[in-house]
Amino acid sequence: MPKNPRVVLLLIIILTLAAVYINIPKVKIFGIEVAHPRLNLQNFQRDLEPKLGLDLAGGVQLDMSADMANIEEKDHQSAIESAKNIIESRINSLGVAESNVQVAKSAGIYRLIIEIPGIADVDSAVSIVKKTAHLEFRTLKADAPPEATLSALPENFQSSTLTGKDLKLAQAAPNQSTQSIKDPGYVVNLEFSQEGAQKLEQITTDNLQLPMAMFLDLEPISWPPPIIQSIISDGHAQITGSFTADEARDLAIQLNAGALPVPLTIERQTRIGPTIGQEAIDKSIVATTIGIISVAIFMIAYYRILGVFAIAALLIYSLIVFAVFKIIPVTLTLAGIAGFILSIGMAVDANVLIFERIKEELRTKSPRHDAFFTGFDRAWTSIRDSNVSSLITTAILFNFGTGSVRGFALTLAIGILISMFSAITVTRNLLRVFWVGKI
Amino acid sequence: MNIVKYKNWFFALSLALIIPGVIALTTFGLKLGIDFSGGALWEIKFDSEVNLVDKNKLQEFLNENGADVSSISPTAQNSYLVRMKASDEDKLTSIRQKVAESFGQTEDLRLETVGGVVSKELAQKAIIAVILAIVAIVLYVTWAFRTVPKPTSPLAFGFCTIFALSHDVLVVLGIFAILGHYFNVEVDSLFITALLTVIGFSVHDTIVVFDRIRENLKKHKEQNFESVVNNSLLETMARSLNTSLTAVFVLVALLLFGGASIKVFILALLIGIISGTYSSIFNAAPLLVVWHNINAKK
Repeated sequence: MPKNPRVVLLLIIILTLAAVYINIPKVKIFGIEVAHPRLNLQNFQRDLEPKLGLDLAGGVQLDMSADMANIEEKDHQSAIESAKNIIESRINSLGVAESNVQVAKSAGIYRLIIEIPGIADVDSAVSIVKKTAHLEFRTLKADAPPEATLSALPENFQSSTLTGKDLKLAQAAPNQSTQSIKDPGYVVNLEFSQEGAQKLEQITTDNLQLPMAMFLDLEPISWPPPIIQSIISDGHAQITGSFTADEARDLAIQLNAGALPVPLTIERQTRIGPTIGQEAIDKSIVATTIGIISVAIFMIAYYRILGVFAIAALLIYSLIVFAVFKIIPVTLTLAGIAGFILSIGMAVDANVLIFERIKEELRTKSPRHDAFFTGFDRAWTSIRDSNVSSLITTAILFNFGTGSVRGFALTLAIGILISMFSAITVTRNLLRVFWVGKI
Repeated sequence: MNIVKYKNWFFALSLALIIPGVIALTTFGLKLGIDFSGGALWEIKFDSEVNLVDKNKLQEFLNENGADVSSISPTAQNSYLVRMKASDEDKLTSIRQKVAESFGQTEDLRLETVGGVVSKELAQKAIIAVILAIVAIVLYVTWAFRTVPKPTSPLAFGFCTIFALSHDVLVVLGIFAILGHYFNVEVDSLFITALLTVIGFSVHDTIVVFDRIRENLKKHKEQNFESVVNNSLLETMARSLNTSLTAVFVLVALLLFGGASIKVFILALLIGIISGTYSSIFNAAPLLVVWHNINAKK
């Protein structure tokens, strides 16, 4: 770090301005939306909108456990991945901006944790999520126009006897029949049950050289549909096509969603109506403002000029923390906001420790310059040791908690880390330049 | 001012706070929220123009339809918060439909359900987290004070920290056992979060005092242990009180003006932080003296 406090001060000002820039909210002036700052780095893109959690935005969170009773152990992972994918695509079909589906495993039970913030019609969202995936293999209708063979439309197809129940497993694999080793292309191998193999033999016999379409939840997948090349009697089919590895894997996942249907049961849910969320936001803003103002009044009344510096440091601290929340991004919940506000308390504490120490040194008649340096040095061990203990508890909270508990632990931990930084750089240099004076 | 001299009075005051709490804890126990007991929490608002709903009528109606209501309380004009044991999705859906049919238009402000498996898991996790936090902190404090000059042992610092934080945990648990019994205040995951945060804060306070004791022990080798501890306490007093005051300011602001769903959480934090400040000044450091005296007699 540069030795010259004025240079450090300049860096702090630049950092603060950057934080202010990041924190600028979307505003409308005379109906024109003023452009919002964005981060557009190569692997790091952020729209820098504050992310609101369930209790602020309204919406629903579902923890669903997967019933794996009918699925072989080795296929558990792919079954849950397939279930996750299908739920994601269903939620996307609702037109929700930000949803999040996570797989969690604890005590041998697979769970999907689904968050859909800001959704108005919660009931239909829940029922859509709860459905078990339905996979169908469809063949051309008898009355389909002849040109449908080549350019078939989804409505030209009708259900066949073959469904997801008959499919045992779908797997993506490199195409072994091509000559090119460099770019073999990928295929999807399908394995059918015994019953499925019989149905498949019948269908391939009746529809040779005709397309066979696959429909998941009544939506066609892998369009245009593959053409049946030969009669398949052993229950092992292969979908060829010029798939890349990713495409083949995605198709296999979609097929498995129907092949390994995982019944999901709601174990825990939280639904928050939209009105309650807005109310919570308004209340939080009022509470935070009142909290900060009362702290400011107290600090200035008690520490006078030093208190003014502390408040300046605190404002810079708040701006930086909020900018970090936007960059990471941290999803804000009521508990998360409480964590942030508590961390303001921690930041004040660091300043209080320093000031008390400086005052003590001043009492022993040391000059202001010496009091400043010894005060800082002595206060630092307290600040460091005490904050580490708080960081230990936040780490434990983060590991054991879910949802709002994690949000609280995360915001508090970020706050504590930045408050330590703020104490040794911002407060220190503000005091050094403006209070200690020329050195 | 001599805090150490009157330490037995301060210990007595702590006991006077803790003993009723512990009695409440053992006789009433904590009132567990749905996070730990399973069930559903449903906040419902009825359209005032259609129907002003009577609380008892609603409760009767819900129970007739198998909701197994454990409590029902009004939250705002024509809105109620219903706690019930039923958590099954299909059952709840049918109950909600029937309520809408019989009482006119409703708005679901909030609906939370927790099934039996998850609630057990959450309760287990909460207990493990609290124990782990306490163990981690003793180890950390013992390590952080490893350089403390003889004859004081770093272990003394570790164990006195534990006494202080156990004090705070017991105070919060006791008060909530009483609140739970008389005012239906329930404890949930966020309450455990508050408890762990209180542990963190309490240790935070204690460390600041201990840090000063360590420094003064090295600086004033001529003084006896008791007066070093007392001087250190007086020197850090302003800081301890000021820091707590600022935390109390923001928490009171949150309690009075903040969101309704975290009120219990904030209350637990508030009680814990006040208790933490008291215990780090009036319990942890004087206990260090007690430990020291016992060792000196040997």
